[in-house]
Amino acid sequence: MSTATIAFDADRAWRLHDRVALRPEPFGALAYHYGNRRLTFLRSPDLVAVVESLADAPSARAAFDGSGVDARRWPSFEKALTSLVAGEFLVPKDTP
Amino acid sequence: MTQLTDQLTLGLNAPICLTWEWTYACDLQCVHCLSSSGRRDPHELTTPEMKDVVDQLAAMQVFYVNIGGGEPMLRPDFFEIIEYCVSRGVGVKFSTNGGRINAENARRLAALDYVDVQISLDGIDEATNDAIRGEGTHARVRRAMDHLRDADFGSFKLSVVMTRENVGQVDAYEALAAEYGAELRLTRFRPSGRGIDTWHDLHPTSQQQVDLYHWLLARPHVLTGDSFFHLSALGEPLPGLNLCGAGRVVCLIDPVGDVYACPFVLHDEFKAGTIRGEGGFAAVWQSSDLFTSLREPSSPGACGSCGSYDVCGGGCMAAKFFTGLPLDAPDPECVFGHGEDALAALAANGGAVRPSMTADHSKPLGVGRRRIPVTAL
Repeated sequence: MSTATIAFDADRAWRLHDRVALRPEPFGALAYHYGNRRLTFLRSPDLVAVVESLADAPSARAAFDGSGVDARRWPSFEKALTSLVAGEFLVPKDTP
Repeated sequence: MTQLTDQLTLGLNAPICLTWEWTYACDLQCVHCLSSSGRRDPHELTTPEMKDVVDQLAAMQVFYVNIGGGEPMLRPDFFEIIEYCVSRGVGVKFSTNGGRINAENARRLAALDYVDVQISLDGIDEATNDAIRGEGTHARVRRAMDHLRDADFGSFKLSVVMTRENVGQVDAYEALAAEYGAELRLTRFRPSGRGIDTWHDLHPTSQQQVDLYHWLLARPHVLTGDSFFHLSALGEPLPGLNLCGAGRVVCLIDPVGDVYACPFVLHDEFKAGTIRGEGGFAAVWQSSDLFTSLREPSSPGACGSCGSYDVCGGGCMAAKFFTGLPLDAPDPECVFGHGEDALAALAANGGAVRPSMTADHSKPLGVGRRRIPVTAL
């Protein structure tokens, strides 16, 4: 587990941590981190789609763009991803 | 309630917090035991059935299970099933009385990934703890904690059920947990199981509950399993979902495979089905009549005119049921005293009819079972 604090940056490429699992739920998805045992709620299906598309996108912003979701909602995605990065659910794509 | 808790009350594809009790056997006879454990049930799940449940949970993406009992370590296949859970990606958090945590078992546990241990202690000193858990158990738990530390297990959880006798010791528990590099977990004493008989004399007083609320509010790192959500009516909500999750985010599988709405209602009225039936656990979780009805909007009943209903949701279903209150009555420990009033009204009307356990596995009195000395207050 990384101890350095990494901040979310929408221009960077991200992916789910290897030890994170997503479970689809009616409200979106549950995310569980087997490493730090944290559980979190992804509270919209659009957010789940964005998170799942991160690994194939050159940047988070590109994933937002590719999601087809109105740009006015992007700040709420940024906020959610910031918290997912803080909980180590997301790591930079180039993390070994 | 928030939008999220609204959605959670409608039910999920799988539980978030699943308690799975592995055996009714226990070498202790704690006076507050939620499952009235003691004797093993002859119909407990076999090793292949246990593994089949693990497979079902893995398929439903249940990320982890809370394992309890009885004393789960008394199952001869304990490590075999634990290792199977881990191999299938089902994390394990198990509660133990510590009696079987010797040096070797502590090393075995430390070597496993995804395994958390929660060890029960109900008094900082021998007199307080042993009155609840039985003679010699304080010393035994401390030895188990030493073994976990010596085996470099890492952070385990020290778990205390809050009673009238020990709630004043919270600072000492915090210090003890810190000394071992452990996390502290405090949970609510429910009037379930053998607690049906002991709760009335041992549950914290209303002043103690107010003090506990402020203590917890200042210590968000102390774990509570969301069990004190009835106290959130006092003001700022405690961390957690603050809702009764029975059949919505929580359920229990008992040692014979019966599925109940939560770990505190081992009673026929809250039995949703059995994992031995067609469709297994998923069928019970997704479509049993009981769980379907628990996911429907419920009436606030007697709490409808209270401004705090949105925060506490009327409190704990099990606490009401086992004290003889209707399910739409206030929680017996309602912070505004409405529960005490409701209990007093029941008593004035000829006494509350308290349900008894439908499956009591207690050992007969006299077999290592000791009545707690109770003083009427």
